[in-house]
Amino acid sequence: MPEPLLQVRALRLDIRDHERSRSVLLDVNFDVRPNEVMGLVGESGSGKTMTALAIMHLLPPAATASEGKILFGGRDLLALSESEMRQVRGSKIAMIFQNPRASLNPLMRAGDQVARALELHQDLSSAEARRRSIALLQHVGISDAEARARAYPHQLSGGMAQRVLIAIMLACQPALLIADEPTTGLDVTIQAQIFELIKEVQAEAGASLLLITHDLGVVSEVCQRVAVMYAGQIMEQAGVLELFQRPSHPYTERLLGSILRVDEARDLDTSKAIAFASIDYDNPGCRFANRCPQVLEACWVRRPEAQWLSEDHVVFCHLRNQEPA
Amino acid sequence: MPHLLSYVSRRVGLALVTLAGVAVFVFLLTHILPSNPAALRAGPLADAALIQKYEREMGLDQPIYVQFARYAQELLSGNLGESWKTGQPVRQELGQRLPATLELAATAFLIALVVGLGLGVLAAVFAGSWIDQGVRLYATLGAAQALFWLALLMVHVFYYTLGWAPAPLDRLTIGVPEPPHVTGLFTVDSLLAGQLGTFLDALNHLWLPALVLAFVVSAPIVKMTRGSMLDSLNSDYIRTAKAIGVPRHSVVMRDGLRNAFIPILTMIGIVFGYLIAGNVVVEKVFSWAGIGQYAWNALTINDFNAVQGFVILIAVMYVGINLIIDLAYGFIDPRIRLG
Amino acid sequence: METTLNPRAGLTKEGKRSIWYRGLSEIGRWRLFSFGIALILIYVVVAVIGPELAPYGPNATNPKATLQPPSSEFWFGTDKFGRDIFSRVVYATRLDLGIAFSVALSAFLVGATIGGLSGYFGGGVDDVVMRVVDVLLAFPAFILAMALTGILGDTVPNVIAAISIAYIPYFVRLTRGEMLRVRTRQYADAAVGVGNPRWRVMLVHLLPNSLTPAFIQVTLVLGWAILDAAGLAFLGLGITPPTAEWGVMVAEGAQRIITGEWWTWLFPGLAIVIIAFAFSIVGDGLRDVLAREER
Repeated sequence: MPEPLLQVRALRLDIRDHERSRSVLLDVNFDVRPNEVMGLVGESGSGKTMTALAIMHLLPPAATASEGKILFGGRDLLALSESEMRQVRGSKIAMIFQNPRASLNPLMRAGDQVARALELHQDLSSAEARRRSIALLQHVGISDAEARARAYPHQLSGGMAQRVLIAIMLACQPALLIADEPTTGLDVTIQAQIFELIKEVQAEAGASLLLITHDLGVVSEVCQRVAVMYAGQIMEQAGVLELFQRPSHPYTERLLGSILRVDEARDLDTSKAIAFASIDYDNPGCRFANRCPQVLEACWVRRPEAQWLSEDHVVFCHLRNQEPA
Repeated sequence: MPHLLSYVSRRVGLALVTLAGVAVFVFLLTHILPSNPAALRAGPLADAALIQKYEREMGLDQPIYVQFARYAQELLSGNLGESWKTGQPVRQELGQRLPATLELAATAFLIALVVGLGLGVLAAVFAGSWIDQGVRLYATLGAAQALFWLALLMVHVFYYTLGWAPAPLDRLTIGVPEPPHVTGLFTVDSLLAGQLGTFLDALNHLWLPALVLAFVVSAPIVKMTRGSMLDSLNSDYIRTAKAIGVPRHSVVMRDGLRNAFIPILTMIGIVFGYLIAGNVVVEKVFSWAGIGQYAWNALTINDFNAVQGFVILIAVMYVGINLIIDLAYGFIDPRIRLG
Repeated sequence: METTLNPRAGLTKEGKRSIWYRGLSEIGRWRLFSFGIALILIYVVVAVIGPELAPYGPNATNPKATLQPPSSEFWFGTDKFGRDIFSRVVYATRLDLGIAFSVALSAFLVGATIGGLSGYFGGGVDDVVMRVVDVLLAFPAFILAMALTGILGDTVPNVIAAISIAYIPYFVRLTRGEMLRVRTRQYADAAVGVGNPRWRVMLVHLLPNSLTPAFIQVTLVLGWAILDAAGLAFLGLGITPPTAEWGVMVAEGAQRIITGEWWTWLFPGLAIVIIAFAFSIVGDGLRDVLAREER
């Protein structure tokens, strides 16, 4: 197994909200390996974006990472100072978000924003950066790049704006790309194109991509490995094929059940039996307990340990503790 | 450019319509509202003959629309009538006093702008800290001020108690001659004429009223700047800038402030209104010979022509400033410029 | 803040804390807000029981005790006619608060009605209303009030009318804006669809929802009205001597600025500033709470 590029260990994130403190992330564990596309999947509110923000040190002021480590390039990112982190951001790890047009400075032309990233990270002169920015825009599939470079964000479509952001990310030449729901709100055909682009870009750059999404379909198309997240906890992590064929966590099963094909001989009731319940932040054990159809006593008491079902497949569930490896 | 052109013409059109409305409104105010303007002008001791004389002179015996036509005609040719008290053209009298008001207002405005923007940005960048708390306190205190009272307080402290300011008796110490008239701004004129002593004296009389006015006017600027900067700093594009490693000062200046500036610009237009209103009061406390004092005098003796002239002048300035700001948007914000 | 997380999720068990406290529990805000409310209440009480509280009548002159500094006999000192300033300040509370509430109420009622109707009906009516509003807003509020008072004459009702007229446009714009925003919401159509007559929909559903920003504006106008009325009185407009009004008193005290009898203008001015401050804090607090709830 290759040495992971990014290792998140036992990450805990608390948010202070009107004198109450909530652990939006509790004991998050996953890896991202070099030169792979890793998916982080979960429903909204599961803490995926918070995890990414924690990696980038871009958390809102009310949030504190109180426990755990984020290891990258031999260093614990959580222990770095702001100025040290600024060295990491962009040049080592870069991130793009949802809502691409809002993520661009409305008063700066698209090309200038790419050029700025180039100047920052590739030590180019402004003239050189401007030339390279146009080339980069072409590279991410923007036709008529010269004209588009002079455009302002509000004149670009959502898809084009996202391409510009990808170009900016590329300009930084990071080792790890993080994309948080990069196609939300975009047209379906554009979505496919953007994912194609992201895959190409990742492969070309030899970088890794952490793709955050709620869409299992996307995961199956784009990712090589995936971690499943619920209520701030990782439930399962495996290769994509392995996860789809042999899901080992009740939550994963439920997720898959929701995109179930009718001809599968699987218990359809699994997906319907889970009543909606709000996230139980006070449970010290597994937070899926209040929705789990196979819940045990232990689930309310203790956080399940990592159970390695194979070299690549780990699950955090008390049910699996009792089964032979 | 067509987008910009339509934006500009719309704004200018609106301003003109508003000014026309202002003219009508002021006419209603000074000709319709008072029961008998002629009687008011003649004063409480007048006899019927005098009142009648004024009535004819003021055209009050004419039907309304004739009166209005005359009034509109005069306005359009820039004629603001004659003061009932002095008989001098109102326009001339206002013109004589305008530089004094401008000197005070402009100085106060500049100070308020620098202080207001600076404090607002600081408070936003250090949001939540004691700096922020202090700035917010400043803004709240400034907003609830009774300017006339504050002016008195400052005069008492700085003139009466500490002696750091001269007596609040107009723009120059008694006995010091006015500098040769170029702009009407004593500070500028005295410098132009090389009269350093006069310059210092004028400055000495200027600083306290300007500071007091600046304090009150800066409060809404601080509030607006802080709010606008906070919105900007919490926005998605700031997050992107940080996420690609842009250094902090560049984030604040290039991404934060530039975008925050647009709503701040609107606030400046509104602040201008407070400035004018504040000027009237400050001019009274400091016996400053500006248009505010002129208006106050005119109101007290019911010199409606003078009041009318003052009110129209203010409206024109106010609408004008807001129009300039609106047009400035057109150039600054590419979303408006290019559509 | 992160939008994928709902700050209210997880508070459902405990969420019975008053929205006021939650909305304002940022550092010191709650304390500041309640402080403001307390001040307002004190003023109201003073206004109501004024005559009982004041040791002297507001116009009781005392030629032998003119321009006395504050003492145990005259808590705020006396003015040039020997009148007790403390008593006059107390009596003036009634007048000034009365003016403030009258202005706020009339400006709100007239403005909100016009604004709501204008926003609801739209079209030509709306255009005309907005142009009239533009004209009124072409003047700084205080200047407009100044001109109106000067022309209408120096009586209390005129002052109230003048200042109200200056603030009516604010309420018109606010309610109109909200009405426009709210009118297109689906529940309005749903209500009509179910058979409610249009006027009823407007009155019962739309108007109340349009009023939130107007409420906040009311607290601000309360403070501004006092500042304006006092400011006008200071300039000799509207309310004139010998009436006991804070602005009038400051004007009279201003004559003594050079000779240094500071108590003649300081205390009435403090009375103005403190209540204006209180209204301002309360208005800010309201805005924080209501804006949060809207989201």
